[in-house]
Amino acid sequence: MEKTKKKKRKTFTRRDFLKGFGGGALSAAVVPQLLAHDIDSLRTKKGNIPLFSKKQISLTVNEKKFSLVVEPAETLLHVLREKLNLTGTKTMCARGECGGCTVLLDGNPVYSCLYLAVRADGKKITTIEGLATKEKLHPVQQAFIEKDGYQCGFCTPGFIISSVALLNKNNNPTLEETKNALSGNLCRCGNYSRIHEAVAAASKNMRRA
Amino acid sequence: MTNFKIAEPQTIDQVTSLTIDKKDKYKLMAGGTDLLAEIKDEIIEPEVVVDLKSIPDLSYIKKEKNGVRIGALTSLARLAEDTLIKNEYPALHEAANSVASPQLRNMGTAGGNLCQRPRCWYYRDPQVKCRKKGGGRCFAFRGKNKYHAILGGGLCYIVHPSDLAPALIALDAEISINSPKGNTTIPLTNFYTLPKINVRKENILAPNEVLREIKIPLIKKEEKSTYSKFIERGTWDFAIVSAAVKGTVSGGIFRDITIVLGGVAPVPWRLTKAENIIKGKKITEDLVRKATREALKEAKPLEENGYKKELAEIVLYRAVLSLL
Repeated sequence: MEKTKKKKRKTFTRRDFLKGFGGGALSAAVVPQLLAHDIDSLRTKKGNIPLFSKKQISLTVNEKKFSLVVEPAETLLHVLREKLNLTGTKTMCARGECGGCTVLLDGNPVYSCLYLAVRADGKKITTIEGLATKEKLHPVQQAFIEKDGYQCGFCTPGFIISSVALLNKNNNPTLEETKNALSGNLCRCGNYSRIHEAVAAASKNMRRA
Repeated sequence: MTNFKIAEPQTIDQVTSLTIDKKDKYKLMAGGTDLLAEIKDEIIEPEVVVDLKSIPDLSYIKKEKNGVRIGALTSLARLAEDTLIKNEYPALHEAANSVASPQLRNMGTAGGNLCQRPRCWYYRDPQVKCRKKGGGRCFAFRGKNKYHAILGGGLCYIVHPSDLAPALIALDAEISINSPKGNTTIPLTNFYTLPKINVRKENILAPNEVLREIKIPLIKKEEKSTYSKFIERGTWDFAIVSAAVKGTVSGGIFRDITIVLGGVAPVPWRLTKAENIIKGKKITEDLVRKATREALKEAKPLEENGYKKELAEIVLYRAVLSLL
């Protein structure tokens, strides 16, 4: 399901293509509200259990409200990337082992690849795109740049989200606490020490601010 | 991920009154971290996923006069952060804190952790039809078995992956199960079953039964507990061997002690023999190692996992030392 759609070789870049596709999927997903009534039910002696093959959900992503129709097997990661065009959250292992898809769900970091979109109904999500305010980067983003907290950069959104979750709860973490908080994120370039330095720098800047 | 329908029950009674007519048609989902990974890996293909989180009020930690009650849908993160658990049941606190990663602890639940499926790589490989998946043999027996069971194997050599289970069993926890026949409360240790009982399952739960609550009795005065987990990586992983220990200790002597090992058998493994040897004697490394060896005499390691016997001695010694 999270497999990248086959790309067509045209003059577009891959990113343009994927973004264009995502936008199309968004409008297609939001318009046919009738689909939301695709409800069946399981009859039991203790009443009927609502059974959905499609469901209308409302969620807040980066302080913007979205209402859309999702299928039960769609993950939050899929919805963010393919329907809401927020491709900053990365698909890596897609089975809850690497942390590339980490987002904040009501303030807590979760793997969006193992979180069903139907469950995000009524929740507040923060992705990497929601951290900067206008032209000003979040202190953690700034620190990752200044301290070279990335090499290839693919795991970076996940690491930044986990770091923000840590610093929101503990603005002066020890190295041990930082390592623990980031233990659910993998960096295959092995840039961990720089990442930990970036978190320490961000923590210092945030306390000063 | 193969598509499925999602059912959102409002009460546990609705779940227990589901008729199970076709194999694996329904699967109950708590946190979903294990279930969805199994669906993605095409190990199971349920038609309907029953979302237990749509049932209100199954997430709580309540202190009462005869112990603490934990709702099955309480997140592992909440369990790990709770000060009552941390102060009174350190084994449970340490076990919850050692499960997976921060993200997974925010998603996973106490009940789900107790009911998770094994990590055996033959079981997790969709191409392999082992006994646990209805096939005719256990591929670990003569295959790659570094992480497999040294005790209680036979038909299937999985180890139970739960961290909470050994800790809770050492703490004498009980669980409440809602079933179509009524509701029961049983000791957690009776929940788990060996492959010889039913090779397809790790516990007694039927597809339409719900593990609703965990109950831990009050700790006795001066009772201490701990959970020690050996993993192969520097960061999060499933236990290679773990030891949960509870007891009362003074002057370097345990007046009573309960020991449960994880990572060595298809069920959490109580070391009664070792308990009897350790009880009442001055703790030394020699004593703990000898007691473990004695208790693991019946172990039948496979080609690659004999090291677990010696590792268990060390892990248990570390756990015991931390309580002195």
